[in-house]
Amino acid sequence: MIPEGLCYTKDHEWARVDGGELVLGITHHAQQALGDLTYVELPKIGKVCKAGDALLVVESHKAASDVYAPVASTVAAVNQALADAPELINHDPYGQGWICRFKDWDREGLKSLLTPEAYRKLLASESA
Amino acid sequence: MTTSIRQTPLFACHQALGARMVEFGGWMMPVQYEGIQSEHLNTRTAVTMFDTCHMGRFYFSGARALDALSGLVSQDLRGMRDGVCRYGFLLREDGGILDDVIAYRFDAQRWLLVVNAGTREKDRDWIVPRLGADVVFEDASERQGKLDIQGPRALELMSAVLNRDLTELGYFRFISLTRNGESIVVSRTGYTGEKGVEVYLGADRIAAFWAELLRVGVKPAGLGARDTLRLEAGLPLYGHELSEAVTPVEAGMERYASKAEDFIGRAAVTRRLAAGAARRLCGFRTGGRQAARAGNTLMADGRAAGIVTSGTYAPTLQCAIGFAYAAAPLATPGARVTIETGRAPLEAELVRMPLYSAVK
Repeated sequence: MIPEGLCYTKDHEWARVDGGELVLGITHHAQQALGDLTYVELPKIGKVCKAGDALLVVESHKAASDVYAPVASTVAAVNQALADAPELINHDPYGQGWICRFKDWDREGLKSLLTPEAYRKLLASESA
Repeated sequence: MTTSIRQTPLFACHQALGARMVEFGGWMMPVQYEGIQSEHLNTRTAVTMFDTCHMGRFYFSGARALDALSGLVSQDLRGMRDGVCRYGFLLREDGGILDDVIAYRFDAQRWLLVVNAGTREKDRDWIVPRLGADVVFEDASERQGKLDIQGPRALELMSAVLNRDLTELGYFRFISLTRNGESIVVSRTGYTGEKGVEVYLGADRIAAFWAELLRVGVKPAGLGARDTLRLEAGLPLYGHELSEAVTPVEAGMERYASKAEDFIGRAAVTRRLAAGAARRLCGFRTGGRQAARAGNTLMADGRAAGIVTSGTYAPTLQCAIGFAYAAAPLATPGARVTIETGRAPLEAELVRMPLYSAVK
């Protein structure tokens, strides 16, 4: 479950270029490791972040985990459906479970993210 | 003190189902199979089973067994009839809670004490030297297994499986029966807030029993759901709400430690009741989904006023709930508090537990 056409981070986020915006979510592997999500602390629209900033928190029954900004960017929109249905991330991590969209994002920075192939290797090395 | 992590007789069954395993109380236990949410809801709406082989089971027999246990267990045992079980505490002299236990009376001379997994060795070391020479003690935790079968369908289904009507068995009552030549014990108890039973049978038979229950449609549930279920049901967990640092008075459970007969810790409990506890265990709930966690600070009027001992998102109630120790003046249902989480603070209301119960 590592779709082509997305960029990945070592923290198990994905990013997808969509028109002029960048869409962010967490990977299938991440949602599986976290288990049933119970709460998503969505970021404020307009929040300006640097690459690697803790951007928001997802909670499962057992733990809270940070989600980081993949590149320097500004939050343009959030997936409001997650406020009442965080399980969308479990059911459809690359689709309905998207978390937020960025504008003014760092296009150069995107090149330093992982390709699907590199992310696959990362998962293989983590499970080894 | 052993440091190796133990496996229950059902370890291979959990692996076969793809369970996620975690260490708990010195044991490798399934935290979830399909997911905590669905296992929780299966328990609330149908029937599930939990591997509880990790819990300790101590048998006592002899003419002096009741006298010996009466001096150790905070609850009245003399008033129990055969086939009754009762919840109580093992206390230190100073009233600190060594463990919370359930005592089963088979007859006046034969008793079972079910203790927590992580406290089993400590309990044994506490109990055995205090029994006297003429009480026979057996730690049956290895030779005997235990399964909890819980949910609104549990009694009807287990009646069919065991070929014995369990629907009339009262809450905190138990029976012994023979099945396939083996003597098993079935009690109307549990840790979920649902109707259900706990079944005690030989460790060598329990994997076959597990497989049989799977075949008749009982879904497995793990420790994750066990925790969310017990929190909704307002049941404390040793190591979180209960510990040697608190007495039954702080835990708001003095009714389980107020018998007239003497027992270890009784004088301390009486003194604490007279002096009043500085802090009391309370339930809390928030309006939202964000959970408070053990160790978070309770704030009232801008001051620290307590500490969270357990917290989770409650699938049935669809809000965050938990337990906390709150300063005594604050510790009343309806009180408003703020919980510092290290992120956005949470607004919560102190509540009387349980928030959910369908046991009767």
